Amino acid sequence: MRWAVRIGSLAAVLVLWQLLTASDTRAWLRFDQLPTVVEVVERFAVQIGAAEFYHDLGASLGRIMAGFLLAAVLGVALGVVIARSRWLGDLLRPPLEVVRPIPAIALVPIAILLFPTDEQGIVFITFVAAFFPILVSTRHAVRALPTIWEDAVRTMGASTPQVLFRVVLPGTLPGVFGGLSVGMGVAWICVISAEMISGQFGVGYRTWQAYTIVDYPGVIVGMVTIGALGYLTSAAVELLGRRVTRWLPREALR
Amino acid sequence: MSLHVRSLTVGYGRATVLSDFSLDVGSGEFVVVAGPSGCGKSTLLRAVAGLVPFAGSITVAGQAVRGSSRDRALVFQDDGLLPWRTAARNVELPLALQGVPRAQRRARAREWLDRVGLAGFEDHLPRELSGGMRQRVQLARTLAQQPSVVLMDEPFGALDAQTRASMQALVTEVLSGTTTLFVTHDVDEAVLLGDRVVVLGTGEVERRRDAILAAVKA
Repeated sequence: MRWAVRIGSLAAVLVLWQLLTASDTRAWLRFDQLPTVVEVVERFAVQIGAAEFYHDLGASLGRIMAGFLLAAVLGVALGVVIARSRWLGDLLRPPLEVVRPIPAIALVPIAILLFPTDEQGIVFITFVAAFFPILVSTRHAVRALPTIWEDAVRTMGASTPQVLFRVVLPGTLPGVFGGLSVGMGVAWICVISAEMISGQFGVGYRTWQAYTIVDYPGVIVGMVTIGALGYLTSAAVELLGRRVTRWLPREALR
Repeated sequence: MSLHVRSLTVGYGRATVLSDFSLDVGSGEFVVVAGPSGCGKSTLLRAVAGLVPFAGSITVAGQAVRGSSRDRALVFQDDGLLPWRTAARNVELPLALQGVPRAQRRARAREWLDRVGLAGFEDHLPRELSGGMRQRVQLARTLAQQPSVVLMDEPFGALDAQTRASMQALVTEVLSGTTTLFVTHDVDEAVLLGDRVVVLGTGEVERRRDAILAAVKA
């Protein structure tokens, strides 16, 4: 019954969209400018058969993966280092804190100047976007770690690297995955924006290009594709997070 | 292995928690330190474990204590287990840190869990075990580690009376002959378990078991 309501609600929105656009309604909002649901679906059917569509998908996914993985590795490593070492914290935090409030997308001009190819610049923007949420949540998770676990393994004779790999990294995983989820979301926002500004292919570029050549059904197809990719990658992070944090008390899992 | 604490002074910031405290624990002796909360019992254990800086001297088998070591195992009141490791993998941990091969440490963990009455619970996560069972796992882990000295910090403080009684019996059994320093605020527990009881008060009170027995009966 609840599912019927949910599906019905979604269907109602689509029907309303179709009615408003097909009838060229103009009630302050200019629905006559937008493509109809039918046009979008037809356009989607064409796109799915085209090699270019998959090439764009692959390009955007590749950029996300490269930037996100780089951000995950460096964000976790630096987050742990900053939280555990006062000296390295003092050394590394000031420059990071200065750059952190700048939205990654505002770095596009720098990225274009700095990197020899557009591709590298886009990956850089994606990396910066995902890096800070991962860094900050890792730092908080390390700080919040109960000291009792470290005390326990120290009195078992653990060395500092052993404390790091046996206690700190596994113990901070729940917090780290919070950062990875946020990071993945921001990474998509930025990869799409960066592609719209400086790409030559990719889902973001294709969506913006469709707009410039007045292919409005193509714009909606691009938007839906971006949404689906974002959803799938976030779900993958979520799923992985649940797998590695099964030990958490049930109420914490929601 | 005998344990000697000489003129131990420990402070956190400006507060001095322990001052000029001395204690001897003979090889294989089970000594209980009793006292009200805040008297510095836990601090004493943490100093012996090498987890806090101190002034004075602590020696185990003639060796001065400098930092933590697998030689002095600490059993906590609760939550001393790593929650992402199963019971068996928690017991294996001290062996893994020593580089004992996997198959060998698996077998040893199984034996120790069996010894504390937890056969069949090897693959349970700590959150799937009761408080008493978790303390049994900690005990098994400590036994697997085979330290010279076992330090126990109110290990049964969070347990109900029945579970506590069975854990006390178990500890007496498995730790007999092991040099043990046990801390509790419960005088009955101190008298029951200790070969000798040391009372740690606001000053540096150190009395014999008889004195406490008299106090309990009065």
